[in-house]
Amino acid sequence: MPVVQKDGVSNWIRRDPKDSMRNYLKWLGGAIVVLIAARYIGAQTIWGFVLDAPAQAADFVSRSVPPDITYFRRVLPALWDTVNIAVFGTAGAVVVAIPTALLAARNTTPHSSLRALALTIIVVSRSVNSLIWALLIVQVVGPGLFAGVLAIGIRSVGMISKLMYESIEEINREPIEAISATGAGRTQVFLYGYVPQLLPVFVGVTVYRWEVNIRESTIIGIVGGGGVGFLLNSAINRLAWDQALVVLIAILATVVLAESISAKVRAAVT
Amino acid sequence: MSDHVNAEQLWSKPPVIENRWLRWGITLVVLVYAFFAIRSFEIDIPRIIIGLDRGYDMLLAFLRPDFVARQTHIVRGVLESVAMTATATLLGGILSIPLSFGAARNLSPLPVYLVCRSILMIVRSLHVVVLAILFVVMVGFGPFAGAVTLGFNSIGFLGKLLAEDIENTNEESMEAVRATGGSWLQVVIYAVWPQVVTRFIGLSIYRLDINFRQSTVIGLVGAGGIGAVLDTAMGRYDYNTAAAILIVIIAIVLAGEYVSSSIRRRLT
Amino acid sequence: MLEISGLVKRYPSGPQALRGVDLTVKTGELVALIGTSGAGKSTLVRCINRLVEPTEGKIRLDGTELTALDHRELRHARRNMGMIFQEYALVDRLSVMENVLSGRLGYVGVWKSAMRRFPPEDVRRALELLERVGLREYVDTRADQLSGGQRQRVGIARALEQQPALLLVDEPTSSLDPKTARQIMRLIVELVKERGLSMLINIHDVNLATMFTERIVGLQDGKIVFEGTPEELNEEALTKIYGEEDWHAESRSAQAETADNGNGEKSDEHVPLNTAEPGR
Ligand SMILES: Nc1ncnc2c1ncn2[C@@H]1O[C@H](COP(=O)(O)OP(=O)(O)O)[C@@H](O)[C@H]1O
Ligand SMILES: [Mg+2]
Repeated sequence: MPVVQKDGVSNWIRRDPKDSMRNYLKWLGGAIVVLIAARYIGAQTIWGFVLDAPAQAADFVSRSVPPDITYFRRVLPALWDTVNIAVFGTAGAVVVAIPTALLAARNTTPHSSLRALALTIIVVSRSVNSLIWALLIVQVVGPGLFAGVLAIGIRSVGMISKLMYESIEEINREPIEAISATGAGRTQVFLYGYVPQLLPVFVGVTVYRWEVNIRESTIIGIVGGGGVGFLLNSAINRLAWDQALVVLIAILATVVLAESISAKVRAAVT
Repeated sequence: MSDHVNAEQLWSKPPVIENRWLRWGITLVVLVYAFFAIRSFEIDIPRIIIGLDRGYDMLLAFLRPDFVARQTHIVRGVLESVAMTATATLLGGILSIPLSFGAARNLSPLPVYLVCRSILMIVRSLHVVVLAILFVVMVGFGPFAGAVTLGFNSIGFLGKLLAEDIENTNEESMEAVRATGGSWLQVVIYAVWPQVVTRFIGLSIYRLDINFRQSTVIGLVGAGGIGAVLDTAMGRYDYNTAAAILIVIIAIVLAGEYVSSSIRRRLT
Repeated sequence: MLEISGLVKRYPSGPQALRGVDLTVKTGELVALIGTSGAGKSTLVRCINRLVEPTEGKIRLDGTELTALDHRELRHARRNMGMIFQEYALVDRLSVMENVLSGRLGYVGVWKSAMRRFPPEDVRRALELLERVGLREYVDTRADQLSGGQRQRVGIARALEQQPALLLVDEPTSSLDPKTARQIMRLIVELVKERGLSMLINIHDVNLATMFTERIVGLQDGKIVFEGTPEELNEEALTKIYGEEDWHAESRSAQAETADNGNGEKSDEHVPLNTAEPGR
């Protein structure tokens, strides 16, 4: 908030005029973009359906209660599959992510071209959603749990290595210098200087990713990746809302449980 | 010095798990679990070998992405995603403000707090794709469903984080406004809002970035955007176009991330 | 045993940190390096084991030209130089014993060290050293559970576990309270003298330097501006090293302490070394 000198008197104003003009234009630009966007979307919308939506929603709700409890018999095995997808997708991803992260971190990479390669892998892997990866993978390995594991895993490689290589670059240099100063070899410096510092971070990152992957694997079945998402999709397609509600409840419970496990483990390792 | 003494007798690293039985027990459980879990994946080797041909085609297609053949569709998909992102962020941003005030314990009475918190929790717990499925069934295919989905998703995200910020605001300045006889609304406008507005704008810009990422995937279940175009291309086994779309997605996601993080850095 | 000549260090960013340093440390000699912060003390010490690569000059240790060594030979040479750091530089998540044993990494194979299987004599020496620095009960404690003074004791044990001929010490007491600082200094000096090692030590505390060492080297802006015994470190010398100030108190107390040190330690000041301070 500048003080302006004018006719020898200091004047307090909230913003100087140039600043406030620029600010105004920024908001105006934003508003115009949103207006155009809204019109664009509106043009492609069948308003009859939209107006009908509240009635539809009320219909879903009335059809979904009471939930079809017996459907748990199908949901539970699917949940088991879902958890397995998350566990093995994460585990497989970690195995690939650790070397990728070591290549991507400025202070551990053997060569800058390998660093570029690793960074590219990370970017491609994490910019594409696991559902989209599943769409591609299903055509190669066929629909099923294995496709789900691969899709979750491929996305996680990038997500995990990104967090890992950032933590490698922020490592405390002092103990590493101390270990080198004893005459230790490169591998020993890695084992004694890097590994102890990185291990807890890596465990935390992995467990956090597992939690996220539990969420992701609940829906991976929608595009053929197996697990409980498939049941949800089919229940909705059959308009069996009482069954859909059961699936939703089961997903919710699993996610909450995974969250609390993950929080406990991460608190324990740090 | 007698070298007959074993080093282990002098010192050895204590194991992570003290109890031997427990140690072996856990190992065994993990192995048994891995065995049954991997078996349940029913990895169909012959099917995969057949599929590898197709994987190879896909790989080749990535080396020759085709941006031209379905150009209009790609452009429309991107515009649709952008439009969904913009409206949803605005919608979510505006609606999240009252909810977050309601969900801040230092501003709201307990019943209001509980209601707002529950709404936020339920919205947050639903995966964006599940939301998309529900809204597509409700309002029909297309970007409208997508915008509503992303808007809802944003409310959960922004509402929770903003509520936490509000709870962390400086009590003293609230007291100061109250001391001058300010009403609840005046407290909010003069004491609370100025403290959180920068963070809120920062979060909204971050959310803009997330919304674009999400907009690429909800198209797979019919909620419009570039994801729908990708789905069609994959359905036609048109891998060259699919590759082009993926490259476009990656480029925009990266650009969005870059822009959003540099704006946020400038804000603080 | 250590001969430095014409040592120059230019960091890529910033000014020249060392501008032609010549320095000799004889076998069994304790040399203190004093100077303002930024004078180049750490740089000098780190150039010797090449944690910092010297720009120009020669460093000979027992006849070996250190600046000419390749990676492998350097590792060999480093085994003879122990180093003690200001911020202890322990690996926080390793136990006290693992930290001490890491001093032997230059002698043990990769696989054995990964499995923590060190030769019995290494383990025995580590236990003796821990007994000596008063941390025998903390063998399996994680290093980050210790207090500052205890951590530095582990750092000392690690450096000596190396069985070096030369000890490089960089401000070992700057992160400690005055009382602990003295205990640590005394411990280092005792251990070095017992073993007949040479030592080059950075201290910013002039009193500690004059109390515990025989030769003092003053560094100012990358150049040596003073060399002599603690007695010769008078007001004029201090002004040369640290600039214009009232050094009356410092130089008088320095002289007094030196005299005091010469008569052996006062018993009321003696703190048993094997009594560890309470953990944090
Ligand atoms: N890693 C480095 N990169 C650039 N300049 C450095 C680095 N380390 C030290 N310097 C500079 O070199 C000079 C000497 O520093 P240092 O040896 O740490 O002095 P002292 O230990 O006496 O305080 C200082 O000007 C410092 O800023
Ligand atoms: Mg220093």
